[in-house]
Amino acid sequence: MFREIFYTFVDFLRTFGAFQLFFLQLIRNTPIVFVRRFRLIVHQVYNAGALSLVIIMICGFFVGGVLGLQGYSNLARFNAEDSVGTFAAFSLLKELGPVITALLFAGRAGTALASEIGLMRATDQLSAMEMMAINPLRRVLVPRFLGGVISMPMLTAVFSVVGLFGAHLVGVSLLGVDAGAFWQQIQNTLEPSDVYEGIFKSFVFGVAASLLAVWEGYNAIPTAEGVGRATTRTVVITAIAVLIFDFMITAVVI
Amino acid sequence: MNEKNKALIEIRDLDYTRGHRPIFRELNVTINRGTVTAIMGPSGTGKTTLLRLITRQLVPDRGTILVDGVDIAKLTEGELFQLRKRFGMLFQNGALLTDLSVFENVAFPLREHTRLPNRLIRHIVLTKLHAVGLRGAADMMPSELSGGMARRVALARAMVMDPDILIYDEPFVGLDPISMGVIVRLVRRMNDALGITSIIVSHDVQEVSTVADCSYLISDGKVAASGSPAELSNTTSEVVRQFMHGMADGPVAFHYAAPNYAEQLLGRDLE
Repeated sequence: MFREIFYTFVDFLRTFGAFQLFFLQLIRNTPIVFVRRFRLIVHQVYNAGALSLVIIMICGFFVGGVLGLQGYSNLARFNAEDSVGTFAAFSLLKELGPVITALLFAGRAGTALASEIGLMRATDQLSAMEMMAINPLRRVLVPRFLGGVISMPMLTAVFSVVGLFGAHLVGVSLLGVDAGAFWQQIQNTLEPSDVYEGIFKSFVFGVAASLLAVWEGYNAIPTAEGVGRATTRTVVITAIAVLIFDFMITAVVI
Repeated sequence: MNEKNKALIEIRDLDYTRGHRPIFRELNVTINRGTVTAIMGPSGTGKTTLLRLITRQLVPDRGTILVDGVDIAKLTEGELFQLRKRFGMLFQNGALLTDLSVFENVAFPLREHTRLPNRLIRHIVLTKLHAVGLRGAADMMPSELSGGMARRVALARAMVMDPDILIYDEPFVGLDPISMGVIVRLVRRMNDALGITSIIVSHDVQEVSTVADCSYLISDGKVAASGSPAELSNTTSEVVRQFMHGMADGPVAFHYAAPNYAEQLLGRDLE
């Protein structure tokens, strides 16, 4: 019993150490990939970012709409329905934007990355590259990792903006809040630091989500079952990591 | 050519263990320059593992592997990559990059390693594709190819850097007789026309016999027999005969190790 716990613990430490080394290797190879293989990064920004735009915009719009409804009906109890804009802006920029974008990103782009890389391993494509004296780390992993890291803040920005539009549509056009008050309140209360917090969070989530997806794919057991499992694990672990990081960053910033 | 120069790859006293299962014990194999050498053996004897050891995708527990007189265990990563440029490898399922077209797959090593102008790359790629008879498929994607075609494209890709050594991992598995004949002919022709040294891992006795100069039969982690195909089929060794003639039972047992049959049917092992 104790032996098993001990071995599980050692196993965990070993994996965690390997994970950190993997991260360092990605970082170490980043400059050279930026210089020599910029086009691959652009392609991956398209894959991870542009292809996620539709789902991000749809979800952003409806989250913003819900914020408008909830904000209006709850703030109305204090006769503060004019603050619905501030309420939506704060929620979106600081919390919901980065977090929900990261979760959607894990579902849309993270799974695609993990399964793609896992399949490349299962079909010997990575070994074939090594045999052609080409480092798969630089050709496959780093561009995909960077593509995710670059996409995430941009997707978060799109999410928040579309969300604010949704809140405006519900609050102002539907429920009759004064448009001037809606924007004025946002302008008065929102500080640049609130925006920076959201950007910082989205950057951290971008690193976490892309890193986990690439790691899971690269270390997938090279069978159909293994690739499937890696894909599932990507979503689960990314969701957990994002929510934990979110708590930690918020606790420090506030 | 003197005796020392004749051997291109020498494997000496190789030990390799995966998990707790010993795969090779004191394995000795010599592959001569300019020949087609076949590595044969029953499934699970670690033939593919041997290829991965030769190319140092895996590292042996003990023993040395010399390629052109150089111990590959002592190479740095840069030197290893230089050495690998001299190898061409054909993987079991082709291992074509799925996001690139046939043309780009073959051009891939050139684009990565050379700064040749596009016109020249196009010229080289088309020549190689023509050699495997698939110049017309240049614009297709790997998912549109049949198994035999994919393997021929992979062969073109393996040759595109003009390697000294071509390694084939199970090149005959799962092919129809026509594709099989095409691959057999290509292997022999590439070897003779370009002066390449070829290593084939396979368990297709018939095909190997027609193409190989020398065969090694590996069983139980050791070389059970070696020699030309004719020598192997006339051997008296039990293991070799079982393998060459495809007999179900023999030294390689039909039954996987199991408890006593009668005892188990009577349920005595449950008591």
